[in-house]
Amino acid sequence: MNVLVILIPVSLILGAIGLVAFLWTVRSDQYDDDQGNAARILLDDDQQD
Amino acid sequence: MTAACPACVAVAPSSEPSGADAAQFSLPTIHCAACIGKIERELAGVIGVQSVRVNLSLKRLAVTGTVAPERVLSALENLGFEAYPLDAAALSRTRDDQGRALLTRLAVAGFAMMNVMLLSVAVWSGATDATRDMFHLISALIALPVVAYSAQPFFTNAWSALRVNRLNMDVPISLAIILAAGMSLYETLQSGAHAYFDAALSLTFFLLIGRYMDHRTRSAARSAARELTALEVHTAERLVGTRTQTVAVSDLAVGDTVVVPTGARVPADGTLLSSEALMDRSLLTGESAAVHLKAGDSVQAGEINIAAPMHLRASAVGQDTSLRRMTALVETAENARNSYTALADRAARIYAPAVHLLALVAFAGWAVATGDIRHALNIAIAVLIITCPCALGLAVPAVSTAAISRLFSEGFLVKHGTALERLAEVTHIVFDKTGTLTRPAIRVPDTMTDAEKAVAKSLAQVSHHPLSRALTAALSSTTPAQVTQIREVAGQGIEGTWHDQTARLGRGPWLDADFTGLGVRIGSNAPIQIETPETLREGAREAIDALDLPCEVLTGDAPAPAARLADQLGIPVTAEARPEDKLHRLETLAASGERVLMIGDGLNDTAALAAAHAALAPATALEASRSAADVVVLKESFADLPLVLRVARATRTLSQQNFTIAAVYNLIAVPIALAGYATPLAAALAMSVSSLTVLVNSQRMRLIK
Repeated sequence: MNVLVILIPVSLILGAIGLVAFLWTVRSDQYDDDQGNAARILLDDDQQD
Repeated sequence: MTAACPACVAVAPSSEPSGADAAQFSLPTIHCAACIGKIERELAGVIGVQSVRVNLSLKRLAVTGTVAPERVLSALENLGFEAYPLDAAALSRTRDDQGRALLTRLAVAGFAMMNVMLLSVAVWSGATDATRDMFHLISALIALPVVAYSAQPFFTNAWSALRVNRLNMDVPISLAIILAAGMSLYETLQSGAHAYFDAALSLTFFLLIGRYMDHRTRSAARSAARELTALEVHTAERLVGTRTQTVAVSDLAVGDTVVVPTGARVPADGTLLSSEALMDRSLLTGESAAVHLKAGDSVQAGEINIAAPMHLRASAVGQDTSLRRMTALVETAENARNSYTALADRAARIYAPAVHLLALVAFAGWAVATGDIRHALNIAIAVLIITCPCALGLAVPAVSTAAISRLFSEGFLVKHGTALERLAEVTHIVFDKTGTLTRPAIRVPDTMTDAEKAVAKSLAQVSHHPLSRALTAALSSTTPAQVTQIREVAGQGIEGTWHDQTARLGRGPWLDADFTGLGVRIGSNAPIQIETPETLREGAREAIDALDLPCEVLTGDAPAPAARLADQLGIPVTAEARPEDKLHRLETLAASGERVLMIGDGLNDTAALAAAHAALAPATALEASRSAADVVVLKESFADLPLVLRVARATRTLSQQNFTIAAVYNLIAVPIALAGYATPLAAALAMSVSSLTVLVNSQRMRLIK
């Protein structure tokens, strides 16, 4: 059972990494155009700004 | 601004370049990757454009660089897309902070739910004694701060309802979350066997999904509606001495001399100072023919000046104009519609007291029967958690989100939260004619030579008259001829010189012709008549044929065009209906038990739009009409009108199904909870499965054809 002392923090840390990653995606406006992003992968021409 | 700029005729009102700021456009007809690619590629090639970005979810285009909006619009038109300019300043203010906060709360709740669920699985599979207590304790450490943070939207809503002595859906939700967390903490400290931390968190998580969906559709509709408002011009040209100055409409005073440029909307009520003027009143009265005025005639705010620039003396400004008074009337009528109770609220009104009563009965029953207060409280909380309207909270938002995004992708903007429910109840449809069902159109005779077409086009290009615009559109493939000395003769037409001959486009008598309608004459050649039948809006006939409800038309136009429309469509048409008549007709219909859907665009329809059970307006409608409407049709065609009703009805059916599903789960789970057999595992299962079923069922909205 002592393994729990390691495993529980590990699971919490892994979850927290996921949470932080998600919060980053929210803050960098990645949910503003979900349909557009889904469609854009079909565009094959390389666009330069 | 004036007729001296032919290229301005084909495009929208504002003409100042947008500078380096982002200009935004609404593109109601884009739908796929090819559209994005085509628009971004083409516009990147337009001179002055720095960057282009299409947002497919919002059907919006952002362009930066020093390019005039007209250029972008005409480029989009050439590509075959409908486009409307939007006010960039209004958009940048509308960052979706609330949605972001909800999404963050949702993410935190999801993270905590997964971790606590993981620990709970260990407990359910048989952890005992110290291990179980430790797991409960860790769960508590995760759950309590997360509940305090993530469930705040429910707590605030519940509190604001309780403060005014009312119950809403958030009251049982908050109660269940707080009691579940609090009781579990107590049980944990007492080394009890059952803790509901996972239930408290998954409740929060699932309900936040519903809340976020709700928010997302509402904010998308709200911001788009606000953008449509930004299309109106809010400045006027005031004449001071010999100079004109541009002032805000609100700064005009009675007695000011106002200059109204060609094609602009009159900003104030007043009397005409110029000797002659030609006004388009179709948005105000529904008259399809232009109105010819002489000096001293009264002009109303909202009319459009379609001939030479004119002067008027303001007699009523701001809030006192007839346009504003009408708008104010509409706002009062709108409030009445706001009192419509949404399906979810009606359900909550029955459900919330029932849930509280049930939990109370469970508590009292067990307390009396066993004398064990702690056990009785546990059971009462289990009942609260299981009956908590998780699926109910999702039932309506999940369906209406799917419905609204479905309609948005077809070019319909749903502005009002309860619009779909009211649309589903509609039993009768009333249309306006001018601007809604019909548009001015031109039939160019086959006998016209290319040279004549070229001359006609270059004459038509300088005018803002609806017929000239229609003629320009009809001759889109013709290259305009080099016509010089073009001038507009008020009330008659346009005159110019071509190859040393006088060329005229205008009314028959002015051309010395034997017809009275529109014609063109070059030099001493015979005048050519150009027929101007009013054509039906694209898709209008198909829509009326496909609608399974009685339709009728109320128009302020003269009997003759009204009768023609009646022949074309085969539905009853009432001519010369004043705004009061329209309103009266709607009230009569409502009194006879009909639920009326009003479809109109003009000021003369606005009172009727506001009074109707549900209302729909095209994007070209007057601001007041659009704000009175529940649904705005963003695209030109009306062909998908029946789809709106089908989706609305499907929304009602699916919401009711979802309520039924939620009720069935409750019917099974509540007796188990009352009997005291509900474990935290059973609660978690019942809640997740019912929420997921409801979410999946809502996705059937995508299948509505």
